[in-house]
Amino acid sequence: MPRKTMIESIRDAMDTMMERDENVVVFGEDVGFFGGVFRCTQGLQAKYGKTRCFDAPINEAGIVGAAIGMASYGLKPCVEIQFADYVYPAYDQIVSEAARLRYRSNGDFTCPMVVRMPVGGGIFGGQTHSQSPEALFTHVSGLKVVVPSNPYDAKGLLIAAIEDPDPVIFLEPKRIYNGPFDGHHDRPVTPWSKHDLGEVPDGHYTVPLGKAIKRREGSQLTILTYGTMVYVAEAAAAEHNIDAEIIDLRTLLPLDLETIIESVSKTGRCVVVHEATLTSGFGAELAALVQEHCFYKLEAPVARVAGWDTPYPHAQEWDYFPGPSRVGRALVETLEGL
Amino acid sequence: MSDNGSVEFGPLSLHVPEPAVRPGGTPDFSNVTFPDAGSVRRPDVDTNPEDMRDLAFSIIRVLNPEGEAVGPWANLLTDDQLVEGLRHMMTLRTFDARMQIAQRQGKTSFYMQHLGEEAVSCAFRKALVQGDMNFPTYRQAGLLIAGGYPMVEMMCQIYSNERDPLKGRQLPIMYSSKEHGFFSISGNLATQYIQGVGWAMASAIKKDSKIAAAWIGDGSTAESDFHAALVFASTYKAPVVLNIVNNQWAISTFQGIARGGSGTFAARGLGFGIPALRVDGNDYLAVFAVAQWATERARRNLGPTLVEYVTYRAGAHSTSDDPSAYRPKMESEAWPLGDPIVRLKNHLIARGAWSEERHTQTEAEILDTVIAAQKEAESFGTLHAGGKPSARDMFEGVYEQMPPHLRRQRQQAGV
Repeated sequence: MPRKTMIESIRDAMDTMMERDENVVVFGEDVGFFGGVFRCTQGLQAKYGKTRCFDAPINEAGIVGAAIGMASYGLKPCVEIQFADYVYPAYDQIVSEAARLRYRSNGDFTCPMVVRMPVGGGIFGGQTHSQSPEALFTHVSGLKVVVPSNPYDAKGLLIAAIEDPDPVIFLEPKRIYNGPFDGHHDRPVTPWSKHDLGEVPDGHYTVPLGKAIKRREGSQLTILTYGTMVYVAEAAAAEHNIDAEIIDLRTLLPLDLETIIESVSKTGRCVVVHEATLTSGFGAELAALVQEHCFYKLEAPVARVAGWDTPYPHAQEWDYFPGPSRVGRALVETLEGL
Repeated sequence: MSDNGSVEFGPLSLHVPEPAVRPGGTPDFSNVTFPDAGSVRRPDVDTNPEDMRDLAFSIIRVLNPEGEAVGPWANLLTDDQLVEGLRHMMTLRTFDARMQIAQRQGKTSFYMQHLGEEAVSCAFRKALVQGDMNFPTYRQAGLLIAGGYPMVEMMCQIYSNERDPLKGRQLPIMYSSKEHGFFSISGNLATQYIQGVGWAMASAIKKDSKIAAAWIGDGSTAESDFHAALVFASTYKAPVVLNIVNNQWAISTFQGIARGGSGTFAARGLGFGIPALRVDGNDYLAVFAVAQWATERARRNLGPTLVEYVTYRAGAHSTSDDPSAYRPKMESEAWPLGDPIVRLKNHLIARGAWSEERHTQTEAEILDTVIAAQKEAESFGTLHAGGKPSARDMFEGVYEQMPPHLRRQRQQAGV
């Protein structure tokens, strides 16, 4: 089976859907002729023409607002926000408009739209190229929020998102575009071409929204995580010889609560790991759900490892990033019941 | 270098614009220029935008003080069409009056009327065809009335009753009807302007023939979404008519706060290369003529047109507003462009197509029709009495399929 990077698999998903459905259109800043700053849309304009893949003005509210109008017309826009750090001008369009259109019109108008954006740090992007704003979207009723962690899932989830009848926020962890990242920034990175999850089938397939997956079966504790942090969690558990059950949530909204409850009920211990800032982060929701549903199975407090509650710094990137040593410390503490 | 800045020109001062008159003063529109009816030229729709920039600084008017239709924008509608237009505006005004009272009686929480602005949406609707789409604000219900949307449905929405097509989820008057070319009103300002442009782009992408009309008020043109809409419309030559209803007041804020140093709101279009026209918004014939011109440009793939309707909000912003706190009481009477219903009525009488008797008789007929619709709507309940949408409906329609967390919450709510 062909191996692809996440960039190639995301492009493949859009290519597959543009081929199958002439209503799929792709636009955003630099996505047309050039193919996007990360090259996710490379070749799509040449293949499908410039009315189906085109450059947009630098106006995120305009990109999403226009996409909402197109979606209500019957198109399936899959738009790119160049970095999640730039999505805020479009936040009103996403929150007040896309998310509520079906509800407020009682289904008279709907918004089948995907808003893709690279998220997360680890690339020395400073505060304008590193943020993880997922909690700003999971707090909004009417949205779906997806974070893939590998090329296979990225393609299957993006196809599912494009086919979904409701607006989907598709967050792409840019640090793992080219290969999994275990948090050891001083070591060479394995490219996706050397990783099993880099195997991406040709053609159409989906990974259903709302379904988590166990990346590793384990008995001692459960790690709830997603995106880049899946690999950091794997590394941390391995380095501490902890038999962790690692759950890659893949979709944050709607959440696969069943898989979480089943795992934590089994292990009795839970550590939540994400790159985003701690306070009011998605980890708070996960911790609350775990205690609501698994309280009498818990043998230790639910721990959270997250980005510090500061803006994402530049020079201090590796002090900020919740790497394997911080994650490992939380695993050990949770296991020892400290 | 001093940290107090340059000393060369003396201290700076901040300019905060003020309306000419405040409560207690005498209404004054002497600073506004109103060209004579018939005096503004009518270029061909395919004229180069560069060659019609003057239209952004004038006001296209058809009806003169004698009630005659004059000039190059006149004579587009038959007597029957004009009588129908008059009935639409009278119906809207009567509908508003009844719903305004219903709100005062506690039958709904909130209402917004169109008093003085009826011509804008009623006449514009006449230039649209089935399949076109409006992205309206909260003061264009004339698009529904003139498009034949049932008043009973509108009232059921206002009452949030058991027949409310929106299941009680949306504030009164935030209607939605795809079938009648009326996009779901958000209630947030300006957001729909860029959506209208996107919808129009979709029609062009699909090589269809439908066009969009986006609507915004003078105050909301200050929103970033307005500029997003203009740059997208300009860049992609979207088949859309961008309407600005300048009714002089954004709640209590006079139009100078949003307009700033720009001569007119229409002039905002010029920097984008979008043809921009100003029109007498209280002149049914002029509004229709300009709407037809702008929609024809869109249909012929010539791109967007920006239209500023110069009108006056004669009533309060909403049932939660009292304009006497911020503008002279008699300002509405002093408004130089008059009342759109009176002006069309006088024109029809001058044409010999109408009379005072027919007008009085029509008023009574319309009142009967509106009251009958109101009775029917109220038989399905009002906000606090009778039938209402179920609490179960609250959980439906957030997504096409209800996700597990909402199912759990619905169970918790016990509905």
